[in-house]
Amino acid sequence: MTVELDGVVKRFGAVTAVDGLDLRIGAGEVVALLGPNGAGKTSTVDMMLGLSAPDAGSVRVLGRAPREAVARGLVSAVMQTGGLLKDYTVAETVRLTAVLFGRSRRDVDAVLERAGVAEIAGRLVGKCSGGQQQRLRFAMALLPDPELLILDEPTTGMDVSGRRDFWEAIRSDARSGRTVIFATHYLDEADAYADRVVFVRRGRVVADGSAAQVKAMVSGRTVRAAWPGADEAALRALPGVDEVEVRGDTVTVRGKDSDEVARFLLTRTPARDLEIASHNLEEAFLALTADDAGTAGGPGADIGRGQGGALSAGGGVLISGDEREATR
Amino acid sequence: MTTITADERRGPGGGRGPGERRVPRWGGFSAGMLALELRRMARNRRTVVFTVIMPPVFFLLFGSNADYRSTRAGEGNLTAFVLVSMAVYGAMLACTAGGAMVSVERAVGWSRQLRLTPLTPAAYVAVKLVLAMVVGAVSVVATFVVGSFAGADMPVSAWVGCGLLAWVCALVFAAFGLFMGYLLPSENVMQVLGPVLAVLSFAGGLFVPVDSLGHVFATVARFTPAYGVGVLARAPLAHEGELWVAVLNVVAWTALFAAGAMWRFRKDTARV
Ligand SMILES: Nc1ncnc2c1ncn2[C@@H]1O[C@H](COP(=O)(O)OP(=O)(O)OP(=O)(O)O)[C@@H](O)[C@H]1O
Ligand SMILES: [Mg+2]
Repeated sequence: MTVELDGVVKRFGAVTAVDGLDLRIGAGEVVALLGPNGAGKTSTVDMMLGLSAPDAGSVRVLGRAPREAVARGLVSAVMQTGGLLKDYTVAETVRLTAVLFGRSRRDVDAVLERAGVAEIAGRLVGKCSGGQQQRLRFAMALLPDPELLILDEPTTGMDVSGRRDFWEAIRSDARSGRTVIFATHYLDEADAYADRVVFVRRGRVVADGSAAQVKAMVSGRTVRAAWPGADEAALRALPGVDEVEVRGDTVTVRGKDSDEVARFLLTRTPARDLEIASHNLEEAFLALTADDAGTAGGPGADIGRGQGGALSAGGGVLISGDEREATR
Repeated sequence: MTTITADERRGPGGGRGPGERRVPRWGGFSAGMLALELRRMARNRRTVVFTVIMPPVFFLLFGSNADYRSTRAGEGNLTAFVLVSMAVYGAMLACTAGGAMVSVERAVGWSRQLRLTPLTPAAYVAVKLVLAMVVGAVSVVATFVVGSFAGADMPVSAWVGCGLLAWVCALVFAAFGLFMGYLLPSENVMQVLGPVLAVLSFAGGLFVPVDSLGHVFATVARFTPAYGVGVLARAPLAHEGELWVAVLNVVAWTALFAAGAMWRFRKDTARV
């Protein structure tokens, strides 16, 4: 096992940032850690890196205590907050890291190249853009050639092309078989790059499945239209329809085949003002991780009801019993 | 899921397996790191002005007039006397600035970044102390070079003795800088410490003799941290002042600041 977290608890005064988190990550997995602000992602990552110690439970990285794994260069990270010194150049920053890890100048040149900062090697860090600084952090993280690479919101603040370039670099690196764990708020990144997605809420794992499973669990769309006196039974009879809801003149249909529903509504009924919206990872995310999930009448609970069925249907997605209750 | 094992990979390190990985010696303290850090300090204009330009300029302002050159003081002239005081002031500034680097590095989160490397906190502090002392030495040398061209006159033994003592005793301020660096996490801690050092220098008799300011002041002044360094550094030239008081002063303040730095340092690393 690359990472073993057993019943990990981290408290900050009255706040329980991580609340009995269990997680096992095997070699070569690319795992996305998703969760709202304050879910405990950074706190968890900090413990994996030995930057903080758990109040309870155990954290093992590659079978060692985290600090030891870090000192041996087995694990490295691009952190959410983690300063760089403005008056070093890009190359000097990496060279300093190399000196500390006992690596050669050749290694420095190699990672500068791979992180895409070789052209700006002589530039002062203070003069680099946010995206360039992030790629510099990535170069530093690559330097010890770690078994495990942890990225905490690595692309926050980057523009679209910066994000794409960054992930391109990560992706080509991950081909070498490195284990990668990344926390992000960009669900499309999780979608595109992770082969396992872990949802965290209030310091606990709420859902954990492969990217494909999560996609299956949230497949389907919502079709909404104005249709006074809607024929609910006819809609239910359509293929792939999961749920029909009529409220006043508005009918809302959730299902896998939105085209069929739309065609039916527009050609065989007087329905108008038709809208189609996708149930995406984002909705599942909101449903599973919303702080008010489970509160009757809250928006989270509302979506949760819809998603609850889909979750079971998706199969293979692990949800602990109490969370399942909470989202229904 | 990819299932390539670690040993099959060929990364930047040529695919060293986990078994071959070693933790560096000395907790990461190395000449390579010192060299990079020195280069960075030299690039910081404010540090250079504070430590290498200002002390000689102060000397030229306060100590290079013609009267001083012809006035004897101990084994040399009064110009040399002022020069040594200014060298102490420079070493003080330089060592404090070196130690206080930790403050900036903590403020911007660089220390956190360093915790992702094999560098141990103790090695980090050692690097900062060595840097502080190197910059202190540069400052003393710069001041002395200017002084030698501006009429300071003393025997060779005094040049060497005063210079070495000014430098070594400034260790008290390297400890002070470290302590303050851990105490005040701010990006511009030297803006606060600069005036503090000026006051301490004044109280310690580096700008004017403490006796010229009255009996009460002179008594109090002997307990301030710059006093001991000043008296000791001038001793090879002037042979005046109570040396044991000065030694006690330097030792006590170094111990106090070092203890303070250790205390904050422990707190800092305990949070890990
Ligand atoms: N050093 C700290 N002192 C006090 N509270 C903290 C500290 N670090 C984190 N917390 C609290 O712990 C909780 C979890 O924070 P954490 O940073 O792990 O969340 P996160 O999932 O990374 O959030 P984000 O998406 O905003 O980065 C939050 O309520 C936060 O306020
Ligand atoms: Mg975070």
